[in-house]
Amino acid sequence: MKMQIPLILVFMCGVAMLAQFMIPHEYSEDFFQYANDFVIVIGILALPVGIYSLMSNTVRKAQRDPKERPFALVTIGAYVIMIIGGMKAEWFFSPTSLSTRFFDNILIPAQATLFSMLAFYIASAAYRAFRARTALAAVLLVTAFVVMLRLIPLPEPIATWNNGLVRWILEVPNMAAKRAIVMGVALGGITYSTKILLGIERAYMGGE
Amino acid sequence: MRQRPSSHFPRRAIFPTSHGPRSSPLRWAALVATWVVVGTAGAFALAPPPSLIAADNPNDSGHGVLLTWSASPDSDRVAAYEIYRLPWRPASAGAPYGANAPDSVWLLAGTVTGDARSYIDQDDEATLGGGINPMFVPRDGQVLYRLRAVGADGTSSAFTPIATGTPRGDWFHTQRVNVLVIAGLLGGFMVYFIRRAQRGGKLYIRPIPGLSRIDEAIGRATEMGRPILFVLGTGTGGDIATLAGYTILARVARKTAEYQTPLLVPVYDPVMLVMAQQTVKEAYLAAGRPDSFKAENVFYVSAMQFPYVAAVNGLMMRERTATNFYMGVFHAESLLLAEAGSTTGAIQMSGTDQMAQIPFFVAATDYTLIGEELYAASAYLSQDPKLAGPLKAQDLVKAAILLIAILGVLEMTILRSGWFRSLITPY
Amino acid sequence: MAWYERVLSVDRRLIYAAMGVAVIIPAIFTMHIPVTLSSEVRAVHEFTEEVKDGDILFLAIDFDPSTMAELLPMAEAVMRQVFENDGRLLMSSLSQFGPPMANELITRLAREYGKESGVDFVYLGYKPYPAITILAMGTDFRVPFPLDFYNQPTDELPMMAGVHNFDDVEGVIALCGGNAADMWITYVNAKYGMPVALGVTGVMAADYYQYLQSGQLFGLLPGIKGAAEYEQLTNTTGGEGLRGIPYQTTTHFVVLFFIILTNIAFFAQRSARARMRA
Repeated sequence: MKMQIPLILVFMCGVAMLAQFMIPHEYSEDFFQYANDFVIVIGILALPVGIYSLMSNTVRKAQRDPKERPFALVTIGAYVIMIIGGMKAEWFFSPTSLSTRFFDNILIPAQATLFSMLAFYIASAAYRAFRARTALAAVLLVTAFVVMLRLIPLPEPIATWNNGLVRWILEVPNMAAKRAIVMGVALGGITYSTKILLGIERAYMGGE
Repeated sequence: MRQRPSSHFPRRAIFPTSHGPRSSPLRWAALVATWVVVGTAGAFALAPPPSLIAADNPNDSGHGVLLTWSASPDSDRVAAYEIYRLPWRPASAGAPYGANAPDSVWLLAGTVTGDARSYIDQDDEATLGGGINPMFVPRDGQVLYRLRAVGADGTSSAFTPIATGTPRGDWFHTQRVNVLVIAGLLGGFMVYFIRRAQRGGKLYIRPIPGLSRIDEAIGRATEMGRPILFVLGTGTGGDIATLAGYTILARVARKTAEYQTPLLVPVYDPVMLVMAQQTVKEAYLAAGRPDSFKAENVFYVSAMQFPYVAAVNGLMMRERTATNFYMGVFHAESLLLAEAGSTTGAIQMSGTDQMAQIPFFVAATDYTLIGEELYAASAYLSQDPKLAGPLKAQDLVKAAILLIAILGVLEMTILRSGWFRSLITPY
Repeated sequence: MAWYERVLSVDRRLIYAAMGVAVIIPAIFTMHIPVTLSSEVRAVHEFTEEVKDGDILFLAIDFDPSTMAELLPMAEAVMRQVFENDGRLLMSSLSQFGPPMANELITRLAREYGKESGVDFVYLGYKPYPAITILAMGTDFRVPFPLDFYNQPTDELPMMAGVHNFDDVEGVIALCGGNAADMWITYVNAKYGMPVALGVTGVMAADYYQYLQSGQLFGLLPGIKGAAEYEQLTNTTGGEGLRGIPYQTTTHFVVLFFIILTNIAFFAQRSARARMRA
């Protein structure tokens, strides 16, 4: 029964949503709105579980591992400060509040820094990967080269010609390949969803 | 004295005589001016469009009325059509307005260009700003409409006769039949191939390198005595790629349970945490090693993209993981994860349906599952006919779509009727 | 060790150092890099130019601080263009950490152009679950956003009188750093038939040319180059987009150099091995 009840629930919910998609009536739209609200509620209910997991791991690290202790304490401290800092709506929205200052002066620069690491990683990944080992790899290399040239200031007739070529590459072969992948992914998604609906696919529940 | 016969046209009224107390030149001029204006207006007035029809708007929730009309006879001078309707009011506020409502009650519902022949009046909000919404279209109620043409010079026609629309909620969306057909086709093929596989028919699945090397990668980590990292991505439990990732996680967890290799699963979403813990726990149970399962190895990190990446990169560097799996939905963090993993010398396997990230994984990881190869993992790894059958069905439908696409291209190129396009046009 | 083997096994820290130098050079030396205008950016500019005299444009600010370097200049350029033409803006955020950044931009530009919240622009704020929020906005903006970002009832804002859903705006320009971009196309263009243009990061741009080709998007602003082109079209001086182009150019030069170098070394190694086998 432990496996059967969730499978029945999944089947019923899946069929209900499929029926909802085909029924435009107002009752169907109300049901859809209700289901969407439920998704949000489930997400919020799961949040304390996640917070407990994070905090229990962090506290354990702070207690047991001297090397990890400073970072664990920073994590706990930041968590507590942001919780307190966001307690009142006016603290959260005020430009001079602690939580806003943490957000503007720590979180935003840290996120931007991490994102900018991509530039360095792209260079090292390109250095390793863009080698003409095979004919197909050579085609990839040349195409990547041509597309990247678009962003370099070339002399005028070449710049316009390159722009046109890149636009063609992006709109024709790139588009054809992406559409093929998208169609495959879409059909794969439908098939996978149907397998979940029918209880054939159970890995997400821990079964095989 | 003989009486003159009376005339039908009282000459005195229309043709003031040149003599008599009321026959002033001013009056003459006023009357002549009136004849000129009325005559001109009569000659140049816009004719209203004939035949205004108000019907239920199809395929909606029941709060829409579809208005259609034919062109005004003076359509070449019509710049716009104005649609008017009677306001709605609830029963508590009084009886509904009827056809005899004065002009001042009618509200302008919308204006369309002169070449338009239809208009949908749609509003499902009964209240507006704390009060009654007069433009509400009540399901199973009645709404009265009238229409007039407006010229570019601001002249307008008379109103059309009133049309009454009764919106009704529809129980079947006729324009989504194509979706049902494809779903039915796919479902039918799935059932056929599942039955065929269960009866012993062999279903060939081409080798997928990323999946066939999983055991080898796990073995490598075991030999090196270093943990395995499994990243489910930054999607949610509603993403198919994430759910497909759980399939591979279950397989990897079972193997790590057998080999006693530590498995670390940092998770992005709290809902995913619960599912991941359950998946790993069940896998350890199935391998006969429930006591080896450590819940703290499957942990929540952050629901923010870059803090999550920073934490996972730090984990890779500190723990020196030997094998990294990236299976699920990824965004900009894909290359950050893959490059950080490659600096530790780990063997890396990735799979995602996010097209923008596939090139990064192809460049930076050792094996990549592209798009639906990730979804095929469950069938490939288990070799279960019930899972392989739907894969074949999917391929058959793909072939059918390819055939339709080719026929559609030929039809549009040669016949140019657009029939194929209308057949497959989405909602 | 032969030179080509040294080149092929170069320490990645050297590559990072070269990239670092490439990023520092434009910071020290002023460089003016000409920007070629593309048709997809021009299309967005021409569409927005028609939003004037009270027309409303829906601007979705669906990115967070990690992608603001590429997308915030686009947001600023579009907003300036609309405000200069006396158009009005209806904005929302589907990205969790976008609102404070978006609010700072909106407040600054509103002060500069003398625009009033609720009259000349409405900023609805953030709601989670992009697909659900977009679908709800298709019914009525008030459904997911009964209050705007400043906690005012959406229904009572003067600008929202008669504005219920996407049918009441001229079009949608969505600046997305994540997968919300697909949802704007799927729901707003395909389902509601509204004209949609996207502004995306450079990495994502290649994915969306297919929608441009099929007509599902009327325009596309690809990454920092798209932002720079838009600033050039709107004559926005001192914009971050144009300021970022020299950095992009120098780093691209470095990447191209390394690609050429590694392939020269690779082919040298291959021919050396072929010679040894012979």
